Amino acid sequence: MPSELTDAALVARCRAGDPAAWHELVERFSRYVYAISIQAFRLPHHDAEDVFQEVFARAYQRLDKLRDDEAIRPWLGQLTRRLCIDRLRAAARETPAEDIEPAGADETIAELDEAFAVREALREAPEHCREVLDRFFCKDESYATIGAALDLPAGTIASRISRCLAGLRKVLEGKKPAPSAV
Amino acid sequence: MSRYDETRIGELLRRLPPAPEGWVRAAQELPLARLGLDELVRRAEADAEFRSRLIADLEAALRDEGVEPDPQLVEALRRRFQA
Repeated sequence: MPSELTDAALVARCRAGDPAAWHELVERFSRYVYAISIQAFRLPHHDAEDVFQEVFARAYQRLDKLRDDEAIRPWLGQLTRRLCIDRLRAAARETPAEDIEPAGADETIAELDEAFAVREALREAPEHCREVLDRFFCKDESYATIGAALDLPAGTIASRISRCLAGLRKVLEGKKPAPSAV
Repeated sequence: MSRYDETRIGELLRRLPPAPEGWVRAAQELPLARLGLDELVRRAEADAEFRSRLIADLEAALRDEGVEPDPQLVEALRRRFQA
């Protein structure tokens, strides 16, 4: 269950040594870090796992050096990007550095920044919407699987998804674009 | 952000699937690892009797292991064993 804490408040609690806050910080940003390594830099699974753990280990160690607590997401994004490039460079030492980054990485990260903003808006949606949208779009579950999990007729899932998407669109209207990690 | 219609919102939601559970859990346990308690967690996972003892009385079990059970540590471990 995500909390209502802002990113800055969450970072402050982590810095104070609150383990529940750290638990949530990892939960909140794990998809973003994972997506950058897999989608933007196309790392093999084992390299992506190493980068993922290294990003959070460094974040944990260096949280007190973050100048703007609200900027935790772009900070993590840049850290992930640097570690992905290091990993690619180590795997292909003979390749010139300017060719290391996969084509379209910037565009993909910009898209992931947008995706994260939508995900943040989803935190403001009712719980039943968060669950059904996450299951359908993010976990790629079928209507039948979602219906079975939520004890709802599969036929009502499509209409619930549609209503929840409309609600999420309303939440998104008026929000400012998020800062990019690109 | 009126440029987001429902189709676009769906596309963007699809861009962020969950990271593998084991990766997330390992990162969440960094505070435990930092305290040198990752070994204790591994033991609890491998040893059912030890795990039962930990769950029954976490503070006492930690003291038995020579670890001072400060509240943040106890909370982190409790969260871990409830997962």
